[in-house]
Amino acid sequence: MSQSDYLKMQLQCPMPKLDFDVITLGHGSGGVLTNKLLDSGVFDILENDILNQRHDGAFLNLKGKTAFSSDSFLISPIFFPGGNIGELAVNGTVNDLAMCGATPQYLSLSFIIEEGLKMTEFWELLISIKWACQNAGVQIVTGDTKVVEKGKGDKIFINTSGLGNIHPKANIHSKNVKSGDKIILSGHIASHGMAIMSLREGLEFESQIESDTTNLNHTLINLIDKFGAQIHLTTDPTRGGVATVLNEVAKQTHLGIEISQNHIPIDPQVESACELLGLDPLYVANEGVFLSFIAKEVADEYLKELQNDTNGANAKIIGTVVEQHPKQVIMESSIGGKRVISMLPGEQLPRIC
Amino acid sequence: MKYLSEYRDPDLAKRYLKEIQNATSQAWSIMEVCGGQTHSLVKNGIIEMLPEHINMIHGPGCPVCVTPLRLIDKAVYLASNKNVILCSFGDMLRVPGSSKSLLEAKAGGADVRVLYSPLEAVKIAEDHPDKDVVFFAIGFETTAPANALSVVHAYRKQLKNFSILASHVLVPPAIEAVINDKESTIDGFLAAGHVCTIMGNAEYHPLSAKYKVPIVVTGFEPLDVLQGILMVVRQLEKNKHTVENQYSRIVKEKGNPDAKAMIFEVFEPQDQVWRGIGKIPQSGYAIKEKYAEYDALRKFNVDIPEAEENSNCISGQIMKGIKKPFECSQFGKTCKPTNPLGAPMVSSEGACAAYYHFSGRVEE
Repeated sequence: MSQSDYLKMQLQCPMPKLDFDVITLGHGSGGVLTNKLLDSGVFDILENDILNQRHDGAFLNLKGKTAFSSDSFLISPIFFPGGNIGELAVNGTVNDLAMCGATPQYLSLSFIIEEGLKMTEFWELLISIKWACQNAGVQIVTGDTKVVEKGKGDKIFINTSGLGNIHPKANIHSKNVKSGDKIILSGHIASHGMAIMSLREGLEFESQIESDTTNLNHTLINLIDKFGAQIHLTTDPTRGGVATVLNEVAKQTHLGIEISQNHIPIDPQVESACELLGLDPLYVANEGVFLSFIAKEVADEYLKELQNDTNGANAKIIGTVVEQHPKQVIMESSIGGKRVISMLPGEQLPRIC
Repeated sequence: MKYLSEYRDPDLAKRYLKEIQNATSQAWSIMEVCGGQTHSLVKNGIIEMLPEHINMIHGPGCPVCVTPLRLIDKAVYLASNKNVILCSFGDMLRVPGSSKSLLEAKAGGADVRVLYSPLEAVKIAEDHPDKDVVFFAIGFETTAPANALSVVHAYRKQLKNFSILASHVLVPPAIEAVINDKESTIDGFLAAGHVCTIMGNAEYHPLSAKYKVPIVVTGFEPLDVLQGILMVVRQLEKNKHTVENQYSRIVKEKGNPDAKAMIFEVFEPQDQVWRGIGKIPQSGYAIKEKYAEYDALRKFNVDIPEAEENSNCISGQIMKGIKKPFECSQFGKTCKPTNPLGAPMVSSEGACAAYYHFSGRVEE
């Protein structure tokens, strides 16, 4: 039994007997119902010494350079193949901290719930949040719950903010990116976005496309231990996908980026789904992959180390930072032509034909 | 990926490029009619790989680009009706109307939904009997059968709350209009493979014979497009003009008879206005009288005045291949994908947007 299976089994605690089946406006009022909801499980499931103090805020002892990040999660449907919004909310902020070179430690967790959310669903999300926290090694230390009227939300919105200690060897910043740096993508792209899209469009494939949501902090910390300041930049291409993040880096650094289409790792089923739906996988959201800009001298070694990690088995060098065409990302197509990969003017809309 | 990677083989692409180079003795202008082919040319970087004297001209085959401004205004007007759910293909949403786009109408509270199939709109109508569902049915002959099918489904189910806002355009009359344009310099055509999948090749033989132009029915993958170009060049070099079928793995000479029957069950040819180009005789479809109650224009009697196009936009000349996007004084200055003056800057199939992205301008 894997560690995650073991944890999941441990966490299959039965839902407490409650006199309500769904969340109502009263559960966000701060009164009796709010306390009932929190006492019925939230505190028990997420408990730790800091949260147990039940104060207005958390008392923390922070030492040294600290990273701070915040993210809000809105996704429909809230349960999807490979995960749910709860897991995503923990992993999202954990990964943002990891991309700064930090070891994530403390998270805040705030819910905005649309009245009518089933208690069973809320319970399942809490279990997933706990599970994701244990896997990442973080604690929920403060939080909030608000309830909005039916029709004014989309089941549940979650915000997490997080703090983490910066690794002493880390020096991750876009200003460190240099011409000649190798760009390494840690795994298959577009899986998360296409898992959601396939579900929304009712597409079925030979095997289900699953979201790649996972924590990346252990992978990153291991790499920073070994490669330190040779890691110039790490960033996770979530919303807007790989294309958007590469454009952001090119603009910030005033350098050019060259990538090769043939080297971009993508699962064949995900690629088919993108073709079917008329979407470019380079702009589709990811959750469990990251891009590294690595000093060219150690790039091959870094790649090898990453490929030995479960989160990096499909890692590949996809391109190079160059002096030419500053602020532009240029891709060599699969047939050898070149094109500019630009930022999208808005959200990606499927083409008619 | 099977059935795709075979048509994206870099070694074969190089061989085709070499063949095109070897076969070409003079400059030729070739129009790819379909926006999907423009997209493929740009996405795969083919334009830059072609020999210098092969000039690709990007045709009017982007249905999003040629949908009349007035009809977009009508769609926006209908969407603003609180009782209407307006359903559309995705890339229609960003096209600017005279005051706003459907995306802006959506942000203002309109119920605008992106669908992949018109049949989904019929389902929405069944699920929301208290709402009027309008499907913005645009497209070439390719999308016409599914749009027609949605009407037939609604008719059979006796749905009273479903209609289509139709704007169909047809390829052969457009090719003829482009050839007849005084400024036209086109030597040969890549015809749209998916349109011919439905309609077959019959309509193209008289065109090729009358105007003495080679027409090659072509697919959309990089090797398809390269092979199509090679076939046109070989005809031109031999002074031949005939219809050839590059996309024979999909396109049959007679097309798809069932799909054609579905089109003509619901639609009949009519004169059609193309945005940026003007009226082309018998180049669109009207909804037949039998299905009049499913025609949103007749059902809602939307009376919206004709709006002025932006006078700085030369999209008509772009879509007829008379000018290249970078020859427009507004290109990349006042006209960008984030602020398009005309439709070709909106859709990824539109020539201006394609050139904008390809030219690698950095939007600040």
